Amino acid sequence: MGGSFSALDGVLTWIMTIFDPFCGPAGIFTWLGGGTLLACGDTGWGDELAAGVKVTVAVAICTLPIGLLIGFVVALGQQAEDRLLRIAAGIYTTIFRGMPELLTLFIIYYGAQILIQSVLAKLGYDERIEINAFVAGMIALSVVFSAYCSEVLLSAFRAIPKGQYEAGDSLGMRRWRTMLLIVVPQLVKIALPGLSNLWMILLKDTSYVSIIGLADILRQTGIAVRVTKEPFLFYTLACVLYLGLAMLSSIGLAYIERWASRSEAAR
Amino acid sequence: MSDTIQSGSATTMSLSGDLIPPRPAPAVLDRPLTGARVLGIGLIGLWLLLAIGLVSMVITGWDEEKFVRYGPRYLHGLWTTISLVGISVVLGAVIGLPLAFARMSKNRIIAAFAYAYVYIFRGTPLLAQLFLIYYGLGMFRPQLESVDLWWFFREAWYCGLFSMTINTAAYQAEILRGAIESIPKGQHEGAASLGLSKRVAFRKIILPQAMIVALRPYGNEIILLIKGSAVVSIVTVYDLMGETRYAFSRTFDYQTYLWAAIFYLAMVEALRHLWAYIERRLTRHLKR
Repeated sequence: MGGSFSALDGVLTWIMTIFDPFCGPAGIFTWLGGGTLLACGDTGWGDELAAGVKVTVAVAICTLPIGLLIGFVVALGQQAEDRLLRIAAGIYTTIFRGMPELLTLFIIYYGAQILIQSVLAKLGYDERIEINAFVAGMIALSVVFSAYCSEVLLSAFRAIPKGQYEAGDSLGMRRWRTMLLIVVPQLVKIALPGLSNLWMILLKDTSYVSIIGLADILRQTGIAVRVTKEPFLFYTLACVLYLGLAMLSSIGLAYIERWASRSEAAR
Repeated sequence: MSDTIQSGSATTMSLSGDLIPPRPAPAVLDRPLTGARVLGIGLIGLWLLLAIGLVSMVITGWDEEKFVRYGPRYLHGLWTTISLVGISVVLGAVIGLPLAFARMSKNRIIAAFAYAYVYIFRGTPLLAQLFLIYYGLGMFRPQLESVDLWWFFREAWYCGLFSMTINTAAYQAEILRGAIESIPKGQHEGAASLGLSKRVAFRKIILPQAMIVALRPYGNEIILLIKGSAVVSIVTVYDLMGETRYAFSRTFDYQTYLWAAIFYLAMVEALRHLWAYIERRLTRHLKR
């Protein structure tokens, strides 16, 4: 059993290496960076930068579902019939849209650390706690993302006529079923341009996690700069990598947008 | 009008001679305690609890010495942030307007150049741009010294200002372009039919309408810039965030961040309300 798993693992690793866009056989750094500072392996920084790209993408991709979910719930709260619920949701978006992302990140990173430490101190443990930078970054980014996302979803909700809900009611559907089968599919289509904008912003905002020590693109380039003393080359490369991610996303988002609007008649 | 309809309906459908007199609205019963209401009360309670916690933290952790030492520094940081944002917004507009025209230009090369500029600066994080300018251009010290620009790129403050300016110029160019292109073609044609020259038509007819369209995105851009300006603290500029980090590194007092949050929120909210007021004021002729 274990043997077959490790074999599968080996195959997966092999596939990952073959198709690695940076350091694989057909990777950018393998072809263009050979023998220079950007070579893969111990002599160059290609593999370190590739790891940074993976961290950046991982942070963004892990943030997205959490942010979307919180944003959806907050948007529901913002259009609730109950006034208190609306106010509570409004406070949330006001605070997290008004604070700099960097400050939100610090508040969550240090705040969680202090909170856990004080709780543990009450329980008798007296150790210094370092919370995971990835988790802290993910939480902070999803909070910021959700605050913006709720605004996008709210305006999309307002674009869906009341008759759609009534149609669901008249078919005897339960509320959540109406939401899931009737409202959300239309919501996705309406909110998609706004959400893809937010994804681009999220991709750029991931650069802040480098400040709390997560090894993303910018952190890795910073380390490379300190060692090689080639700041211009490496920071330009970081910008190029971010641009590449943005281009890839815009291709992917265009595809998703086509998919979402396939129900519309071709004109 | 309503009398004739009433009498008409009374004659054709003569089941009831007179209409039911209007009745008062049903009395409001006690609203039931729904799940949403409970949740709302709970969440408001949570926010209140957080607010109380914040206030009590400030009161219990109040330290006259810290206040005297870091209070003025905070104000100085606030001023640095405001001046950075103010100057870069104005300079960004100065660069952004020609950029917007370049983006709309019929000349392919100019349009492509402007598009590339906008794409690059909107597609990369401000932090990376800042590092590129602050650390990256440091490599070209001899060249910069020879053209007498080194004093500019040596200072972190100037580098922060420069990167914020070129960043916001890209965003502002897109806002302006969108606003100008949103003006219907008929406005141009109307101006032409009145015999106005292109220049006058733009200044007197297109731009005033475009500015109203651009107003809201412009406000958002300034807010984004206020928030984005926090990154300059990473390259040792003592703006509000920089002073906060300084105070935190000295005291390890969590309050320092909360104060920064209050300052930033106050700034953003003040701007948001100011902008809402300006927008109401400028669009009052459009209200019906």
